[in-house]
Amino acid sequence: MKSSLNPVLTMETLNVSKKVTVQNAQGLHARPADLFVKIANRYSSSIEVTKGNETVDGKSILNILTLAAEQGTELEIHAIGDDAHEALAALTELFEQGFE
Amino acid sequence: MKFSDFVCQEAIRAELTADDKESVIRELVSALVESGRVAESDHEDIVKAIIKREELGSTGIGRGVAVPHTKHPSVERLLGTVGISHNGVDFDSLDGEKVQLLFLLISPPDRPGDHLRALENISRQLRDDMFCKFLKQSKSCADISQLLEEADNNQFVS
Repeated sequence: MKSSLNPVLTMETLNVSKKVTVQNAQGLHARPADLFVKIANRYSSSIEVTKGNETVDGKSILNILTLAAEQGTELEIHAIGDDAHEALAALTELFEQGFE
Repeated sequence: MKFSDFVCQEAIRAELTADDKESVIRELVSALVESGRVAESDHEDIVKAIIKREELGSTGIGRGVAVPHTKHPSVERLLGTVGISHNGVDFDSLDGEKVQLLFLLISPPDRPGDHLRALENISRQLRDDMFCKFLKQSKSCADISQLLEEADNNQFVS
């Protein structure tokens, strides 16, 4: 990462993560995945989603769909960048609301 | 889940002729009817359900790919087919691009897990540039069947 060369940037780059559980009965199918990716892309932070030992790009629907996250699945959302807190809050809220 | 678990070989179409979203969905459901896997009497109902689902948000997920789908009580297990439109069809895709590859899925209402695993398989394979490219270049149903079989044997995804 470029930022590691610059101590000032390193200090400012936020790196936050949170665990969420898929609550909707249908799991993370095409529509919720689309919604997740749309929200993720509103932020400049990079977004990663981890299920077990698989981590994928949270801004790509093809990647989110490869997680096949069923109801009850625990995922970890990871946001890195200046607006990481805002991004993480918006994305975890989707899970809390069951993508309704 | 593998392609062979849900793709109906007889309903694969290498040269879709429809040039708009509704017609291409209709063409793929017709292919399933012709294969004998979907009853003629359910044809219209399934087409309407798929179009209704599209109105909630396009299943054109990018890279020239769409996964139109619906739940329908007439199927006992997940059923799907694959079609290629060499000219591309405007599908209101998320990335605005025309769609060449279509994976149409019909699921039993009570099996969300199977649907997710089919989407997983399709998206995992489609992340591979070679698979995507070869599929778009396929000229016959036999070519497509062979590619799907190779994908099932993990020849594309590391």
